[in-house]
Amino acid sequence: MAYGTLIEIFFYFFIIMILFGSWLAVTSQILMKAVMGLAMAMFGVAGLYLYLNSPFLALMQILIYVGAVCIMIVFGIMVGYTPKELAAYAIEPKNTLLSLAASLLTLGVIYLGLSKAQWQPSPGAGSGDFGITNLGLNLMNRYGLAFELISVVLLIAIIGAVAITWNGKRRGLSK
Amino acid sequence: MPPELLRMIITAVLVVAFVFLNAMILGYMERKVSAHIQRRPGLMEVGPHGVLQLIVDGLKLIGKQLVVPEGASPFLFRLAPLLSFVPCVLPFVVIPFSRKLQAVSMDVSLIYILAMTSINVIAILVAGWASNNKYSLFGTFRSVAQAVSYEIPMLLSLLSVILITSTFSLKGIIEAQKYYWFILIQPVAFIIYFISGLAETNRAPFDMPEAESELTAGFHTEYSGMGFSFFFLAEYANMFTVCSIATILFLGGWKGIPLPLGDYTGIVWFLLKVYGLLFVMIWVRWTYPRVRFDQLMTFCWKYLIPFSLANLLITAVVVKII
Repeated sequence: MAYGTLIEIFFYFFIIMILFGSWLAVTSQILMKAVMGLAMAMFGVAGLYLYLNSPFLALMQILIYVGAVCIMIVFGIMVGYTPKELAAYAIEPKNTLLSLAASLLTLGVIYLGLSKAQWQPSPGAGSGDFGITNLGLNLMNRYGLAFELISVVLLIAIIGAVAITWNGKRRGLSK
Repeated sequence: MPPELLRMIITAVLVVAFVFLNAMILGYMERKVSAHIQRRPGLMEVGPHGVLQLIVDGLKLIGKQLVVPEGASPFLFRLAPLLSFVPCVLPFVVIPFSRKLQAVSMDVSLIYILAMTSINVIAILVAGWASNNKYSLFGTFRSVAQAVSYEIPMLLSLLSVILITSTFSLKGIIEAQKYYWFILIQPVAFIIYFISGLAETNRAPFDMPEAESELTAGFHTEYSGMGFSFFFLAEYANMFTVCSIATILFLGGWKGIPLPLGDYTGIVWFLLKVYGLLFVMIWVRWTYPRVRFDQLMTFCWKYLIPFSLANLLITAVVVKII
């Protein structure tokens, strides 16, 4: 078996991992299993980054999304609900519509970006310089927009968290 | 079979073998050291001074049945030990035991190790949740709060070393300590890292997740046989990883006074330093009582994080001036 074939097999393995994980994340009735599916999909994405020869991004994906985000979600689930309550929790049609709209909008934005993009290898790619200086300079100069966008996303997340708790306080979630 | 694939398989087998060997050595060491601290002989029955006891224990654990408790989620319950074991083995692939002995040389090996060790928390979560047992769940709560909090000072203290070396490569960091060890210029970072490492590996005085006298055994209460031994192996592998990062970043890795052993000098020095730190970990465990949970959190958020932030800031200023 050639070395290249093995890499191809891993590529399809990661693809299956992402698809299966995402399927599990959206269909599972038990939230814990859904989060495990999410973690699995994140792993698959990290694998794809590795396949695309970007180990730094792959490791950051694992460190942030699997190691931090998924754990925070699980912690939230464990503090918030017991499995029995979760099973009784029905998805409202209004929420389905809203989430469908949100996902379609995201898909549309990503599709627009993808169709407009002109793919060419970036000049710095594959240099393998992961020193602090290089990373810092790249983040502040070349990828400055991405850096700023991330801070906006974080701001939205904080506002969202405040809004959700505000609402819960007023309505009283405990029945 | 291509030689590259053969190399990968040999590496995997050697690494797993080393993890088992390490757990045996540490298990023996822990029981012997604790015994002598408590003024009793400890293991004496199997083999001279009980050295074969851990092999016997291992065989017993392999022979035992893995009982899945009623009401537990069977798939997740069986998945958790593996999920805990595999990420703890993976860091061994990039640890440079000596100048020549390193399975994979990576530019970002430090981040790789941190990413792998962060997966361990998920395993604890799955184990505690899937067990359907209130003690397990309590242990899990504590473990997650503790691991998430102590990861911050840990990363900040490592970052102050990274600022000096400007590389994430473990080999590069060791090469940067040509004239002096970084513990001399970063003593605060070393102490903060070591304390956070104790908390990250759930060792006493921070062993809240498995506090025997309060929670039976915390998140692995329901596990028997190999399920339990995978958690056991993972804990000792994790301890080895934490101590080897401390050795590499602060104690000069494989560097030391030349011994008449040729190429093996580096390995001997590296293992001596790592097992020295591991001895300190065991020593601390059997000397200090467990802290209360609010003390644990206060210590992390009010002392360790401000100190590590100040240390990072001072390091950045000094590096910029020099």
